[in-house]
Amino acid sequence: MQKQISFTRSVVLGLLGLGSFIGLWHGLAVSGMISNVFLPSPVEVYDRFTTLLDRRFAGATLQGHLFASFQRFAYGFLLAALIGIPLGLLMGWYQLLDEIVSPLFDALRFVAPIAWVPFAALWFGTGIGGPIMIIFAGAFPPCVINAYRGAKFVDPRLIEAANMLGTPSHRVIREVLLPSSVPSIISGLRVSAGLGWQSLVGAELIVASAGVGYMMVQGQANISTTTVMAGMVAIGLVGLALDSALRLVERIIQRRRGLEN
Amino acid sequence: MGVIQFKGVNKIFGPRETGFQALQDINMEIRDKEFVAIVGPSGCGKTTCLRMVAGFEPATDGVVTVDGTPIKRPGPDRAVVFQQFALFPWKSVYDNIDMGLRNLNVSRSERESRIADILNLMNLTQYAKHFPHQLSGGMQQRVAIARAYVLDPDVLLMDEPFGALDAQTRVVMQEELVRLARKNPRTVLFITHAVEEAVYLADRVAIMTRAPGRIKEVLDIASIRNAEDWDSHEKIEDVMDLESFVHLRTHIWRSLREEKAAQHA
Repeated sequence: MQKQISFTRSVVLGLLGLGSFIGLWHGLAVSGMISNVFLPSPVEVYDRFTTLLDRRFAGATLQGHLFASFQRFAYGFLLAALIGIPLGLLMGWYQLLDEIVSPLFDALRFVAPIAWVPFAALWFGTGIGGPIMIIFAGAFPPCVINAYRGAKFVDPRLIEAANMLGTPSHRVIREVLLPSSVPSIISGLRVSAGLGWQSLVGAELIVASAGVGYMMVQGQANISTTTVMAGMVAIGLVGLALDSALRLVERIIQRRRGLEN
Repeated sequence: MGVIQFKGVNKIFGPRETGFQALQDINMEIRDKEFVAIVGPSGCGKTTCLRMVAGFEPATDGVVTVDGTPIKRPGPDRAVVFQQFALFPWKSVYDNIDMGLRNLNVSRSERESRIADILNLMNLTQYAKHFPHQLSGGMQQRVAIARAYVLDPDVLLMDEPFGALDAQTRVVMQEELVRLARKNPRTVLFITHAVEEAVYLADRVAIMTRAPGRIKEVLDIASIRNAEDWDSHEKIEDVMDLESFVHLRTHIWRSLREEKAAQHA
């Protein structure tokens, strides 16, 4: 009952925020104070959005562009998770590895993913390889950092318990550090998905010949600001869906471990 | 076998000159299959003694050995039961107990039968698939004891195992432990600050001084227990009423009070 009320409340408040934003935007756009090209109205953006869904622009429909983007994102993100999470856990367990890798990693993670664009194009081309590398550059650091943190903050008594049971390191990592770090890892994945998805669109502004970012660049070249905004809306919606999906995964994992509260 | 020896053990946390001296010149031998309880004022280093046998802490000076071999690291030959249980929350009762067995070189079928036996012995069979947080504190500690006992360790180390339990549960667990220890004797080092518990459970009780902890006195309980035939009484409260029990308890109380008084002086 209490849960129901707080859920309804958060939906109402969320819609209130969104509604005010769109209302303000619409008011500004129709007031005539700002040129229509500078700030298209929400209605125009909505129209453009639906048009893009069934008419090709820059070589594909909006779904087509989203699919191309999402595919790249998925590869880059999975690669980042598959390398980043084990690396973070290992750094949390082996002091030596931590000391060797941490300074290098801490310097590299401040290089914005977009800064890798020239090298990504040079090393992996502008097809699928280059964008994957840029997404990887965005998504990798949060995976490592959060897995590392998760491993560092494991209840030391559980490590002692595992040690006294004679558990070898590889099993302590898999059966104690990893499960204990799940909440931290999932929140890392959420940040990581956000950064990866952002970097992807940035990368597509420069390389690639399909994808939402590419579509937006083409919109810009045709002075179609509504296309650019429709692209922004699509990016936001996919981002929201990604985040919700990861939160769902977190809940499922917690429930399977019987830790749901 | 499971003979524990402390030989001239000092323990200093931090630098030798400025650090905190927790233990001073500990010399003690715990015989094979003997149940020894250590009591002492809080902060006297009794848990540190246990942690050194477990291999969690090195001695600053001196040596701690099991069957003559100096202890280097933790291992399943010295199973630990922690005060806060330290069960793996994402593993079922069954998997918690299996965790250590999987590290020994035993076949799957043998593991299964050993787990079934210990579950049965600890009255846990119906909870095999439960997760720790679904169980009461007393049940969780049964799982922790089962997890330790199933390894068939030479030495069982219990660090205030019943300290987090309520008084009634505590008594039940004490009786269970006696039952278990009779059936399947092990060398046990038991840390507690509950005097009755120490006298009821142990063959010998070692009393420690305030920090830096030294062994003040070691009382032979087993000879009195046998002479006065405590085991003929089934319930803990009946034993606790016996004059010989009260006498021992009062003696230990007095000794601890002296330490406490000196601590505040």
